[in-house]
Amino acid sequence: MSNLLNVSQSPHIHGKESTQKLMLNVVIALMPALFTSVFYFGLGAIIVTLTSVASCLLFEYLIQKFVLKKPISITDGSALVTGLLLAFNLPSNIPVFIIVIGSFVSIGIAKMTFGGLGNNPFNPALVGRVFMLISFPVQMTSWPVPKGLGTGYADAVTGATPLAIIKEGLKNGESLSKLMGEIPSPAQMLMGDMGGSMGEVAAIALIIGFIYLLATRVITWHIPVSVTGSIAIFTTILWLANPEKNADPMFHLLAGGVLLGAIFMATDYVTSPMVPKAMIIYGCGIGIITVVIRVWGAYPEGVSFAILIMNSFVPLMNAYIKPKRFGEEVTNG
Amino acid sequence: MLKTFPAGGVHPPENKITAGTPIKYLPVPENVIIPVTQHIGAPASPTVSKGDSVRAGQIIAAGKGFVSANVHSSVSGKVNKIDHIIDSTGFKQTAVFIDVEGDEWVESIDRSSSILKETDLSPEDIIKKCLDSGIVGLGGATFPSHVKLTPVSGKHCEVLIINGVECEPFLTSDHRLMLEKGEEIIAGIRIMMKALQVKKAMIGIENNKPDAIANLTKLASAYCEISVHPLKVKYPQGAEKQLIRALIKREVPSGRLPLDVGAVVHNVGTVFAVYEAVQKNKPLFERVVTITGKYLSNPGNYFVRTGTPLRHLIAAAGGQPENTGKIVNGGPMMGKAIVNTDVPVVKGMSGVILFDEKESVRKTIEPCIRCAKCVSVCPLGLEPYLLMTLSERNLFEKAERERITDCMECGCCSFTCPANRPLLDYIRLGKSTVMKMIRERNIK
Repeated sequence: MSNLLNVSQSPHIHGKESTQKLMLNVVIALMPALFTSVFYFGLGAIIVTLTSVASCLLFEYLIQKFVLKKPISITDGSALVTGLLLAFNLPSNIPVFIIVIGSFVSIGIAKMTFGGLGNNPFNPALVGRVFMLISFPVQMTSWPVPKGLGTGYADAVTGATPLAIIKEGLKNGESLSKLMGEIPSPAQMLMGDMGGSMGEVAAIALIIGFIYLLATRVITWHIPVSVTGSIAIFTTILWLANPEKNADPMFHLLAGGVLLGAIFMATDYVTSPMVPKAMIIYGCGIGIITVVIRVWGAYPEGVSFAILIMNSFVPLMNAYIKPKRFGEEVTNG
Repeated sequence: MLKTFPAGGVHPPENKITAGTPIKYLPVPENVIIPVTQHIGAPASPTVSKGDSVRAGQIIAAGKGFVSANVHSSVSGKVNKIDHIIDSTGFKQTAVFIDVEGDEWVESIDRSSSILKETDLSPEDIIKKCLDSGIVGLGGATFPSHVKLTPVSGKHCEVLIINGVECEPFLTSDHRLMLEKGEEIIAGIRIMMKALQVKKAMIGIENNKPDAIANLTKLASAYCEISVHPLKVKYPQGAEKQLIRALIKREVPSGRLPLDVGAVVHNVGTVFAVYEAVQKNKPLFERVVTITGKYLSNPGNYFVRTGTPLRHLIAAAGGQPENTGKIVNGGPMMGKAIVNTDVPVVKGMSGVILFDEKESVRKTIEPCIRCAKCVSVCPLGLEPYLLMTLSERNLFEKAERERITDCMECGCCSFTCPANRPLLDYIRLGKSTVMKMIRERNIK
């Protein structure tokens, strides 16, 4: 009885959620896509993933230990998620030293310079990816052809992505219907049998991950649905207006990084808005910018740029878009 | 689909350990400490002095002003002293110490077990009796009940809402009362309907109490104006504004009262107290308290006289376990941690929970990852992460614009935060600072 009692403010109980658990769920949700990617790209996918994850964790550790001299928090899982997502955004034959540089940009520059977890305005994995794309354009755009588990790493046979085939072809004045014959069928694209970044190819695996994230309440539907929905609507309009020049919406949704971006990159907690209304605006912004870049821009793919551009609007949206306050409008009856 | 409020809310583990334990009477202790303030509003002033003999039910402190409440002796005996104590909310206040002798009650109290369903009293007389009997809201807010029963000119009450939600985990006092004192509660509702002159009463009960729903539905079937509504289990449904939204789909605007949307809400415990005051002439000096905790050997529900030191209640429940780390007065979401077990049971104390050392220590605070879970669980549509940051940085004017004063301190944000951030602690700080700012502005 001589023991003193603890006194603290309410609430006196806490839910089961933790940062680590949320991050772990994201990792679990990424697993189907990782397996598919190993299935199509073989050894290269494993090397790229391990290098990226290990270097992201290492840079976070080194910076926390020697630069910031703060407690080490690499076990929270956020660097692991960044590492996985960065790997998913790379071709599976990219040299190791480029991955290490990209990881340093992701963790060291995009995350830790802003104060670490929770403070970075831009998605770290995407900052790393875009840095690599601009600095190493050749290595970043030579995509191995999916040859199954036996696909080599450095000596992989490379080819263009469906998006690049369409973009180049249209620029050279070829007809769309002929180009559509050169790319994988929608069924192949759904299963991931096409060239591209190692994690973005298998639509079906990404959708399984999405369902898992929704079921475990890690994310809500708002951002993924508004990104894909706005891309579908925008490309449908273009397609109906000129079916000879513009690909159909199904192609746009399955090709490139739309699903990976919509489900895993745009939903990054730190760099996405806090209120459902703002999440929808943010998602639609990503969708529209992606299509604009794909159809009129210099790059065949624009998801990464679109997300980074919308990231920069997030503080503004958080400041001006407010949730519906209780009792704001009196509903009678 | 069960009714509920649409925005926000959480579902903590229910832990209603004592739901099946019938209410027992806790023996009268040797001495009681009765605080003169057991309600919201002006403190009552003592009407007895040292050496006076008192009987149970006798007034010992008189309410001052309209929003105040009388305090009655819960025992018979001699006033030992009138002194300052630290009460269960941690504040210093005046209390009357009484040494118990026997158990004499004031004669006018009807101690029989007969149930008196009808009353001939006029609305004014009913309200007068509630005022005289020191009835306050027993859900925990302890707002004087006569105030809520008194008509306000220009405002029309359409429905009396009875709060049998008991959304806080662990607590079962209202649940047991609805099971064991159902007839009294229905009679009490009809008395209160008469006082308010309303034609309709709705009882809201969460669906985790099917026996209470069945009991009151059966008893209320004799009266077409009283209806029982099962509600989806979701915290904080027992909050006045959330319950009104769940039952009649109206939202009480910020800074307004339930009466502004035509509703008056009373807790079932209060209804029972009103019944006893009006029909049995028994002032409020006894209430049901749940004493519970995972490590208590004999948790239960007790009728406890006000002023009984908490250690008596804990002793009845099997004594304080060795590993007790925290004792909470009220529910785990909104209750207050108490400093020692000498504090007396008061009118607003619906339960006492003993947590072990492990449960009573907070987890390490991590950086905010902006997951927006606090925003999505806030039942009032606020942004807890933002309010915490503004309070931390002393940006109180901005916090006022972000409606920090709307916060009812339900704790959903802190409960749900994956980074274990003390959101509500900072919001409380900000809220009290903003309230002070507003008061100072109004004086100028």
